[in-house]
Amino acid sequence: MARFVRLENKIERIKEEFFIRNRIAEENRPGENRAAIQIQSWFRGCQVRAYLSHLDKHATIIQKTWRGFQARAHFRQMVKAACFIMKMNFYNEMAVRVQRRWRGFYTRKYVHNFYARKRYLEGLMRTNELVRRELGEFAEYQQREREHVAMEREEQENTIQAERLHHLLSTQQRPGVFNSPFRPAPDKMELRLRRAKPRPSRSSPRNRGPLLGSTGTGPFRDPAEVWQQRVCVTEPTLRVQTSPRDLERAQEELHREEWRNRLVDRPFQPFSKAWKDRKYERTVHSTSCFLPLAYGTKHFREERPEQLHGKKPFKTVFTTCHVFDKFGRLYSNAGKIV
Amino acid sequence: MSQRQVLQVFEQYQKSRTQFVQTVAELATRPQNIETLQNAGVMSLLRPLLLDVVPTIQQTAALALGRLANYNDDLAEAVVKGDILPQLVYSLAEQNRFYKKAAAFVLRAVARHSPALAQAVVDCGALDALVVSLEEFDPGVKEAAGWALGYIARHNEHLSQAVVEAGALPFLVLCLQEPEVALKRIAASALSDVAKHSPELAQTVVDTGAIAHLAQMVLNPDAKLKRQVFSALSQIAKHSVDLAELVVEAEVFPAVLACLRDPDEYVRKNVTTLMREITKHTPELSQMIVNTGGVAAVIDYLGDCRGNVRLPGIMMLGYVAAHSENLAMAVIVSKGVPQLTLCLSEEREDHVRAATVWALGQLGRHTAEHARAVASAGVLPRLLGLYMDTDSSEDLQVKAKKALKSILQKCTHLPALEPLLYDAPSNILKHVVGQFSKVLPHDSKARRLFVTSGGLKKVQEIKAEPGSALQEHITSINNCYPEEIVRYYSPGYSETLLERVEKYQPV
Repeated sequence: MARFVRLENKIERIKEEFFIRNRIAEENRPGENRAAIQIQSWFRGCQVRAYLSHLDKHATIIQKTWRGFQARAHFRQMVKAACFIMKMNFYNEMAVRVQRRWRGFYTRKYVHNFYARKRYLEGLMRTNELVRRELGEFAEYQQREREHVAMEREEQENTIQAERLHHLLSTQQRPGVFNSPFRPAPDKMELRLRRAKPRPSRSSPRNRGPLLGSTGTGPFRDPAEVWQQRVCVTEPTLRVQTSPRDLERAQEELHREEWRNRLVDRPFQPFSKAWKDRKYERTVHSTSCFLPLAYGTKHFREERPEQLHGKKPFKTVFTTCHVFDKFGRLYSNAGKIV
Repeated sequence: MSQRQVLQVFEQYQKSRTQFVQTVAELATRPQNIETLQNAGVMSLLRPLLLDVVPTIQQTAALALGRLANYNDDLAEAVVKGDILPQLVYSLAEQNRFYKKAAAFVLRAVARHSPALAQAVVDCGALDALVVSLEEFDPGVKEAAGWALGYIARHNEHLSQAVVEAGALPFLVLCLQEPEVALKRIAASALSDVAKHSPELAQTVVDTGAIAHLAQMVLNPDAKLKRQVFSALSQIAKHSVDLAELVVEAEVFPAVLACLRDPDEYVRKNVTTLMREITKHTPELSQMIVNTGGVAAVIDYLGDCRGNVRLPGIMMLGYVAAHSENLAMAVIVSKGVPQLTLCLSEEREDHVRAATVWALGQLGRHTAEHARAVASAGVLPRLLGLYMDTDSSEDLQVKAKKALKSILQKCTHLPALEPLLYDAPSNILKHVVGQFSKVLPHDSKARRLFVTSGGLKKVQEIKAEPGSALQEHITSINNCYPEEIVRYYSPGYSETLLERVEKYQPV
């Protein structure tokens, strides 16, 4: 019972306490409410954050994997492309090398061979040198020939002159004009004079040798002798000898010979109208002075056999000549048509 | 009167006629007498003597008439008007050979003056008579007839055609084969006169087989014959490629080069003419001539001769160089450029200089190597001088300008281009500056040289319209140099510097 008494004492306190505690609780309620809300919101926040971070993690994992996959695929493509490009570059490079060699060869061989041109120009220079040298030599040779000819002609003229002036030769007593005593040696003309034979002048009459049968007694000699010595036989030149009518005579002679050798005087005319007015010429065998003979038109030999008396008939067929046997058959079979 | 006295009168008359006609013939050889003779009425006196009984008087009268007609064309006209020609033509057929020679001489003397007189001779029917005379035995008659035919054919194509139609050509070719040199000369000259007018006539001459005979006479020692032979061959070859090839096939070629050293000037000229007519057609023919060393021989020939006779040689070199750059290089290698430069400086005639200028242009226009070879010989300033000279004829100026332009467009040898910067007019200057602007950006040594030789200074002084090609070239040259250098060389720089000095305030 003591506990009951003690409890009854406390009931009032408890009621007060209950209201005080309620009041305090009521007073604390918003604060506590706020606090609870705060705690709850924090916790919810934690929950959500945990959930989000969980989601994040997973999303990250997914995205990471996906990105890695994409990147690797892209990389693979890049590698393939790079590889392809590398190969193409290599092929191009090799193709360029081949083409370069080929183009060089082709141009050098067909289009423009630089070394051939160089060789040609060098050869041309050598040819030019040769031609120039040879032409120079040829010109010199010709010059020498001309000088030689001129000199010979001059010498010839001088010899003729010396022959004309043979009387100027120096003698024992008296030196000639060309052999002056003050000179160290005689002049060339003097030497020519010594060599020259005296030349008779053209106006003197020809000496026909010793006079034949001359009496020598008086001025009147035999006319025949005089004529023989004095008369120079003319030797006319060909121009004078030929008569002006020579040509005409030769032509006439030719004309006559041609006429003589010609059998048929009538010129050949191939057109038919030219023969329009021709008279018919009979054959020799059937003509006679009086009338044409009847043989050949009116009767023939065979018609009267009794007159023949065993004479042999004329041959109508001749022996063959073998000229045309081989015609067309010598070289080809096409000739067998013949 | 006795018979002898009567006959003496006649003999006296004959003697005096003979004397008259011989004296007139002798007087007619001297030109100063001919005026007097003409005024004395010699034509009307000689006419009846042509019909004289005595043959010698006829011949001498014809000879005198020929000499008179030879002297000038009034007398030849008088011969034609006096109706003497038909008588002569008739007697050409009938009389003896001395008369034929004299008659042919008269015909030739009349026909040589003008085409109208030659036509008058042809109208009298002289051609047939002359062709018949070509068949004579006497070489003198043949020579006179051939000479007359040659003079008739010389004037124009119509008359040549008439001569050909009269059938003269085969006989002329036969005359070529005769042993007498004078006859060969005349035949070659007549063939040359016929062939020169047109390709058809040349073909007709060739068809008679003339080329082979002409080719055989190429090395004959007689100089006048060689002149005519080469003239004939060149007249044939000039018309077309086929004819030129026919001449070449006659194998004249290396042998002809020997005639380039002949002492006679006209033989050498005609040989060069022949070579020119052959090379002008195709590159193959030029190549053939170059390969036989013809170019070297012609260049030596140019060195030996002076004056107008150089013209065919110069033109030949020009034609060879014009065909292709190989042939142009062949000419350059054979030392053609120094020789042509000498010709340019020595000659004073405008047409020869024009030809030289053209030839140099053809040599230099192909590639940079060719242009360099030509420019190194110092040709460009001379060309410029000829172009600018007011005394030069128009033809020379035009050719000089063309040659200059064509060489400049390929020339990259800058030392040769520099002198041109100073004197050239603007239309040439733009090409020069253009070439500089092409070469300078790539060559540093050339740039340095350009500055030190004063070229950059000169370029700055050039006034050009903005937007023109010249201005663009100048700009591209200026771009090759740093700005300070360009400013330093621009005109008026010293003034700007001095102004700056004046304005400067010392600290």
